Amino acid sequence: MAATATAQRTEEIVDGLAGLEGPLLPILHAVQEAFGYVPDEALPKIAEKLNLSRAEVHGVVSFYHDFRKEPAGRHVLKLCRAEACQAQGAEALVAQAKARLGVEFHATAKGGAVTLEPVFCLGLCACGPAAMVDGKLIGRLGAAQLDAILAEFGA
Amino acid sequence: MKIYVPRDAAARALGADQVAEAVLREAKARNIDVTLIRNGSRGMVFLEPLLEVERDGIRQAFGPVAAAEVPALFEAGFGAHPKALGPTEEIDWLKRQTRLTFARCGVVDPLSLADYEAHGGLVGLRKALALPPEAVVAEVKDSGLRGRGGAGFPTGIKWETVRKAEAAQKYIVCNADEGDSGTFADRMLMEGDPFCLIEGMTIAGLATGATRGYVYIRSEYPDAIAVMEAAIAAARTAGLLGASVLGSGRGFDLWVRAGAGAYVCGEETSLLNSLEGKRGVVRAKPPLPALEGFLGRPTVVNNVISLASVPVILAKGATFYQSFGLGRSRGTIPLQIAGNVQRGGLFETAFGLTLGEIVDDIAGGTRSGRPVKAVQVGGPLGAYFPRALFDTPFGYEEFAGQDGLIGHAGLAVFDDSADMLHMARFAMEFCAIESCGKCTPCRIGAVRGVETLDRIARGDGAAVEILTDLCNTMKLGSLCALGGFTPYPVMSALTHFPDDFRSAHREAAE
Ligand SMILES: Cc1cc2nc3c(=O)[nH]c(=O)nc-3n(C[C@H](O)[C@H](O)[C@H](O)COP(=O)(O)O)c2cc1C
Ligand code: SF4
Ligand code: FES
Repeated sequence: MAATATAQRTEEIVDGLAGLEGPLLPILHAVQEAFGYVPDEALPKIAEKLNLSRAEVHGVVSFYHDFRKEPAGRHVLKLCRAEACQAQGAEALVAQAKARLGVEFHATAKGGAVTLEPVFCLGLCACGPAAMVDGKLIGRLGAAQLDAILAEFGA
Repeated sequence: MKIYVPRDAAARALGADQVAEAVLREAKARNIDVTLIRNGSRGMVFLEPLLEVERDGIRQAFGPVAAAEVPALFEAGFGAHPKALGPTEEIDWLKRQTRLTFARCGVVDPLSLADYEAHGGLVGLRKALALPPEAVVAEVKDSGLRGRGGAGFPTGIKWETVRKAEAAQKYIVCNADEGDSGTFADRMLMEGDPFCLIEGMTIAGLATGATRGYVYIRSEYPDAIAVMEAAIAAARTAGLLGASVLGSGRGFDLWVRAGAGAYVCGEETSLLNSLEGKRGVVRAKPPLPALEGFLGRPTVVNNVISLASVPVILAKGATFYQSFGLGRSRGTIPLQIAGNVQRGGLFETAFGLTLGEIVDDIAGGTRSGRPVKAVQVGGPLGAYFPRALFDTPFGYEEFAGQDGLIGHAGLAVFDDSADMLHMARFAMEFCAIESCGKCTPCRIGAVRGVETLDRIARGDGAAVEILTDLCNTMKLGSLCALGGFTPYPVMSALTHFPDDFRSAHREAAE
């Protein structure tokens, strides 16, 4: 998307939310929702409108794990790495996904097909290992099911 | 015919949506008039998706149900079937609980205010409206309720500070960041009985003179966010929230805010910074959030379960609530039994069960069938307990006395295949990833901790002493419990499972 179009869409988003108490996180969520990530070109507009420095906005974006600096792959696979899921075999699934995709966490594999990310608890700790696949929650994920998901994604 | 299939995220993650679709499809094909209710979870995650059918006013349970089994259930007229569990309320796991905070969760339609009232909702709020604010605060104080978010601070005392603070605007902030592994009580409550949290926050507002509130929900909980937003909208329409709460002329309103994937934002001052749109860096205390919180104004920050326990305290009285429990741990606690267990889920009970009763009896031991090796209690900052400490009763002081903590009451059970050096390393790695960066012992110390554990794993026994020193430095030199308590899982692993840190043993295991 051209820089001006990005700035324009960002301006609309900021205008809609600037009246909130503490509007920056809702704005960043909305920007990411609109573009799939938080583009650098959006930051000056947000800073200007909220009366912040660009460095301040950048500092906030970089603090939170949720905000992407670049677009994700066509699919996003998040695997829970936290303790209760580890107790149920999560590590083996992580190894399986990394091996099949040929990437580590925070990377996009197979020509943009899948982004692999860690997550620390999805609140499914009594039915782990847990995963979130394109926003959908999966409990008691098994090796065969993980393979099937990745196959479906062409990976 | 009334059929219940939970909309709870855990139930959905196990196929509840497909079961619900199958129910509607089958009902249509058989020309049966079915009212499908998407309730919350009863907390028996090991039985999810749990389908219930109401017959003669009694709910009959079936579970865990697969979508493919639904036609057979209809064929059997929801009678005899291998998945039949009998009347829900008679299921032993449920019957043994004391459900005060979760009394309605899984029972009602989460978004029906009428259902909420029919099951005892709003009684506490009506009482609070009839009392002067100081009497409401006194009731909460007398109940003995302590913060369920982890620190265990008396809720009534916090409210008292905010009540007495003079300010044009005060706030109620609900901490729904629930980042601890092994915990899901906040999520279940918000998804299964959102009006209960709304009622609790409204009572907090009336008691302290706060007229605005926020629920800060972690972004990993999209279902909880959606249900809370819908419930708040319904509450506003019904006049439960807004300029005149239930026509009292006193105002309180409430908004949902989503987190952005930072564990440290569960720490209350980090959360407030995040809510203000800043980096989630921890603030030094004082000033207390109760005096200078959100936007520098007096703010109550309470966990979901603390706030959701207030309606029943007001409705049934402080004496009733504090009659449950042990020592200085009064009332009930929703245990969240997780990890490698036969029967995992949410079990609300009075404080005081021993860890062994919880793990062996209620959870039924491991799902893998292997011996239990360790239980991490209280999330990633909580200690690993060996079987030798299974006689520890569940209470704040009792766990602190064993160099542990109950935290938000999550229990992650591990079988004997767990490598405790690996778990100690993970604790340090997690701290390094999630540190807010303010203090050196936490930010740098955790990275050193990972390196030191790697040295130990390679057979460098001398590094054990370095690890111990490092843990002491983190304990003493950290501003908040992320850096300050990461030594709990690390040192408990080292103390209780020394073999896992010995090179000879490690080689033999490999
Ligand atoms: C690193 C860290 C993470 C925390 N995470 C949470 C959390 O997710 N939910 C919560 O209620 N409290 C959490 N707390 C505790 C809060 O700082 C605070 O004590 C609590 O929200 C107060 O509410 P309560 O008195 O009702 O427990 C955390 C504390 C620390 C140090
Ligand atoms: S202990 Fe860690 S997380 Fe806590 S304030 Fe210090 S650096 Fe931040
Ligand atoms: S630990 Fe994986 S879902 Fe909670």
